[in-house]
Amino acid sequence: MRPKSAIETLRAQVRRIEGRHRRAASVLPFGLADVDSRLPGGGLPLGALHEVAGGGNGAIDGAAAALFAAGIAARTKGKVLWCMTRPDLFAPALAQAGLKPDRVVYLEGGNDKSVLACFEEGLRHGGLGAVVAEVSRLSMTSARRLQLAAEESGTIGIALRRWRRQTEASDFGQPTVAVTRWRVSALPSTPLPVPGVGRPRWLVELIRCRAGESADFELEACDDTGRLALPSDLVHGPGQTEVRRRGASA
Amino acid sequence: MVLAADAAAQAVGLRVGMPATKAQVLVPGLVIQDADPAGDAEALDRLALWMLQRFAPIVAPDPPDGIVIDSTGADHLHGGEAAMLGTLIDKLAGVGIRVRGAVADTWGAAHGLARYGPRPTFISAPGAATADLAPLPITALRMSRELVDDLRVLGFERISDLMAQPRAPLTLRFGPELVRRIDQATGGIGEPIEPIRPPGLIEVRRAFAEPIGAAETIARYIGKLAVQLCEALELRAMGARRLDLICHRVDNRAQAVRVGTALPLRDAKRMTRLFSDKIETIDPGFGIEVMTLAATGAEPLAPKQVMTNLVEEPEPDVSGLIDLLANRVGEQNLYRAAPVASDVPERSVRRIPALAPETGAEWPCHWPRPSRLLSHPEPIDTVALLPDHPPVSFTWRGMRRRVKRADGPERVFGEWWRRDPELIAVRDYFRLEDDAGDRYWVFRAGDGEDPLTGSQRWFLHGIFG
Repeated sequence: MRPKSAIETLRAQVRRIEGRHRRAASVLPFGLADVDSRLPGGGLPLGALHEVAGGGNGAIDGAAAALFAAGIAARTKGKVLWCMTRPDLFAPALAQAGLKPDRVVYLEGGNDKSVLACFEEGLRHGGLGAVVAEVSRLSMTSARRLQLAAEESGTIGIALRRWRRQTEASDFGQPTVAVTRWRVSALPSTPLPVPGVGRPRWLVELIRCRAGESADFELEACDDTGRLALPSDLVHGPGQTEVRRRGASA
Repeated sequence: MVLAADAAAQAVGLRVGMPATKAQVLVPGLVIQDADPAGDAEALDRLALWMLQRFAPIVAPDPPDGIVIDSTGADHLHGGEAAMLGTLIDKLAGVGIRVRGAVADTWGAAHGLARYGPRPTFISAPGAATADLAPLPITALRMSRELVDDLRVLGFERISDLMAQPRAPLTLRFGPELVRRIDQATGGIGEPIEPIRPPGLIEVRRAFAEPIGAAETIARYIGKLAVQLCEALELRAMGARRLDLICHRVDNRAQAVRVGTALPLRDAKRMTRLFSDKIETIDPGFGIEVMTLAATGAEPLAPKQVMTNLVEEPEPDVSGLIDLLANRVGEQNLYRAAPVASDVPERSVRRIPALAPETGAEWPCHWPRPSRLLSHPEPIDTVALLPDHPPVSFTWRGMRRRVKRADGPERVFGEWWRRDPELIAVRDYFRLEDDAGDRYWVFRAGDGEDPLTGSQRWFLHGIFG
């Protein structure tokens, strides 16, 4: 009986070191059974750091990734702090993804360092619904600090990775402590019976997920409440349209 | 004697120092007002007080015609020295005061550069004060009139002439004032600015028997001063909007730190938190002997009833976080976006303060908008059927993209009430999707037929998610 209890105490010790007992059990579900079933707990854990990047050209402009992050932030309660270095975000688009202008406070930092410091401050405060920061470099140390700050306050933190050049995007291969890691790339939009551009579609790749497996989904972009949707031609099983993989940047 | 002449007066030939009778001959019907030095000084004091509340913790009138500001520790609230000087001059121009301003290392250098500098606003780089001063006339050195006249007789015209001379004979011939003024301008000796203090300022002060210098000690005493200040504020039912911490050092220099808050604040803990971010900017030198904490800007703050409803959850208070971040990155870099009723995309968003009351206003959602909007539309080469077809393909940043699907046009008319050329200007916006699935927002300047409506060239303006 003695060795077992030793293992038990060790496990308890490891759990204490990992800080799991502090982590809020609450999650933010996507509302899509396909996606939620892949995430432990049935949704994105609140009080954790998540990473989102764009695929292909999105690694530079981060257009789809920003809307994906806005959709998540829109479904939280309270104000949202959006830290960035390049002020090219267009607020009406966020409003169309469900993030109303009254809820978002924008912060322009001069460089990655000050953006990360403000990101951490926002996570630590605890009164915000979500904090989004557009950063290019995210070191292991700073990611760990952010993760600890998010765990303490229970605020969801989204690091929107965005690089100046396509070649720098290989940085996304470096490990960080983020709980989930997503890559969002644009796909051709839903076909319409008439000429025109239909509802945008994304290839949403769950590259890394703590205590879960990676997966990829073809989804329709956020509606005006920040909810993603499963394309209607895929609802009754995949197979008709082949999910086209684009040149992976990482 | 004419004591002041503005641009209009100088245009008709009036000069400062001219006898009044001569001026009357030059300009028939000249209205003459007696000089009122006391009134001028009072007005200067009022202006200095206004700057104290708006701009920096250490402000003093520099009679007869100037105001000196120590911008250290306060320019971060205005986005740097250049931006601060620009705002200051714009604000004064708005009330009809024409000013010249300069930022330099020392009071003496700033004084000379503001009055005799090459431009109405002059920013001297750190350490460049001596070089910038050299070409100025010797009157820029704040010396008595007789001294300037004596130097002129000897052929000294510019400051560089004086600096090239050996100092001992100069002191022997003209007394200590000349060399002292040169040293003050070049930073050789310090010149403390005695800050103006308005009557009724809520201020607490602490003198130390032994000068302090360690960051922890400073933090502890900031905490104690904040508690005292909050008590003083509570007696008058006020809350602070601008807080100034002035540390007087043993070498008679003052170090000032200013923090601003978005809402009236009367919470010692939060005050201390705001200042503790700034402690690293205080240079204690050989030690600080007196610290004063003043609420330069104060507004009434009545006790508010806290929500006691059982059902409704109170909205978490984020004003503390907003203040902290605003003092870190600058108030103008922390904002919310508010809709403006304009169809031109770059004009449809306005920045409002982060804690402005919620308006509930939204943009009309008829058309999808791109999540990234380029600050300047980038020209693209297109193949398109005129007048109103979307492009078949386009080249952007050296890459050719074939358009698979397209939507549009969405016509945006110029706003004739802003500028005349916009009266007939037109933009036709299209949403394009290339065969890889990337979606872009492009427009054609003009309606595709009439060359008066625009250049008919194509631009890429945004990227959809």
